[in-house]
Amino acid sequence: MMTQDSIDRTIDNRVSDQAAESTFREVDDTDRAIPAIEFRNVTMIYDGRKVLNDLSFKVMKGETKIILGGSGCGKSTTIKLVLGLIKPDEGQILVEGEDITNYDENHMMKVRKKLGMIFQEGALFDSLSVYENVAFKLHEQGVLEEDVESEVRRMLRFVNLEDAIDKMPAELSGGMRRRVGIARALVGDPKIVMFDEPTAGLDPPTARTICELAMKLRDLEDVSSIFVTHEMNNLDYLTSEYAVVNEAGEVVFEKEGEKLCLINSKVLMMRNGEIIFSGTDETLRRAEDPYIHKFLRGH
Amino acid sequence: MNFIARFLFELQEMSLLAGRSARGIFKKPHYVPESIAQMDYIGVGSLTIIILTGFFTGGVLTLQTYQTLESYGAVDQLGYLVSISLVRELGPVLSALMVTGRVVSAISAELGSMVVSEQIDAMRALGTDPIRKLVAPRILALLVTLPLLTLISDVMGIVGGWAVSTFLYGLPSSMFLNSVRDGITTDDLIGGIIKPLFFAFLMGTIACHKGLKTEGGTVGVGRATTSAVVMASIIVIIADFILARALQLILGTQT
Repeated sequence: MMTQDSIDRTIDNRVSDQAAESTFREVDDTDRAIPAIEFRNVTMIYDGRKVLNDLSFKVMKGETKIILGGSGCGKSTTIKLVLGLIKPDEGQILVEGEDITNYDENHMMKVRKKLGMIFQEGALFDSLSVYENVAFKLHEQGVLEEDVESEVRRMLRFVNLEDAIDKMPAELSGGMRRRVGIARALVGDPKIVMFDEPTAGLDPPTARTICELAMKLRDLEDVSSIFVTHEMNNLDYLTSEYAVVNEAGEVVFEKEGEKLCLINSKVLMMRNGEIIFSGTDETLRRAEDPYIHKFLRGH
Repeated sequence: MNFIARFLFELQEMSLLAGRSARGIFKKPHYVPESIAQMDYIGVGSLTIIILTGFFTGGVLTLQTYQTLESYGAVDQLGYLVSISLVRELGPVLSALMVTGRVVSAISAELGSMVVSEQIDAMRALGTDPIRKLVAPRILALLVTLPLLTLISDVMGIVGGWAVSTFLYGLPSSMFLNSVRDGITTDDLIGGIIKPLFFAFLMGTIACHKGLKTEGGTVGVGRATTSAVVMASIIVIIADFILARALQLILGTQT
């Protein structure tokens, strides 16, 4: 007959066995070896000028790729290519291993259902309320209204804007518009999300809130993302902090180094349509390229 | 790109848009609420200008022709002349031009603003085809409402003509109305309905094409709107000539 102590030990062993099993399953998961997004020698020409020149990079599952660079270097063009909003002149683009380069609009519509995009100014539909904006994708899919409402409320809670549900976009501040844009992009729980300069022109606390949302997606939802920015504080937040859920069930942000962790963010720096740096934030800060120095220090 | 190449390229783009929006009208998903909202905006919203335009066009036509007809002793043909001019030509063309001024500009500006504020890209990113969601309902609404507006304009023009002939020149109502009834044939009415259908399709395609191709921020929206109105107005007048000749040949209404 087993004692209470031995039963507890057996359960503990079973739990740790299950944890180990799930860890090994994750490591062995061949699906995770396929990049969420892959660019292979992509070139884009506009008005006779090479906007992107032989661009190659990968975004792995659960990774955040921060694309840095000055205005007009091709950052936004890169994420529009992933969505198929524009087509490259040369090269290949793969989303979860699927070559989407030559997909027509009908095929792209299916691919886009897996993707979320947060536009620079939010790009909310002016004639629709916050509720209708966030519910847009679900209404298009013909989801029942009661399911739509619960999903919209869940998404607005995620961006801390449930109170604004009945407002029109014109009544929202810049930061609120971006957050509604994030809620709208996250409906349907896409596993790949793209941020197009989501903090441009926002005050520092609001910019911080947007970065926290990106960190929550990366660390708690296993979302792969491309985060396009030219603001250094975004880089600092995304590469030095991570989101965890504490004992009280609240999401908190801890600094790198407080505990052993591996922040799943990589940096890519672009200039004139070309990649001039690819690696971690530590190696970026040690880079000797004068342009990178100037970009990081601002002078 | 030279002028001819640019023109051919634009014609090709417009034809593709027209084809895709025509498919969008018949294929699922059908955006019924959007189409009804557009019919309300285009149809009900344009009623006042169409009623006023029709009434005063009929009135001025009577004003300008009464004395000429009187000098030939053909005042009894006044209703015929006014109604035939309105139903065959002035009703369809003036209604189309009035709707162009009000609706083509609005559609082009609305879609142009959506392009520059990335709302169209956002719609595509959310997996919705803007041609089905935005273009097809607008073209469908124009196809349904423009013939009806033209009919209202024709009726109001005849009322305007009757009012001027009766109250200004003292012509008996029965004389005017009898000549209207004797003058208009079924072929005239068919022609009067066919023309607005073509105009509606052309106007809708031009407005949506210009709006969706907007470039250059808010300045570009203004340029696209002006260009849409100018192009739609010219195309309506050119198409009217071609359709008039085609209808003469098909319906045999040249006499």
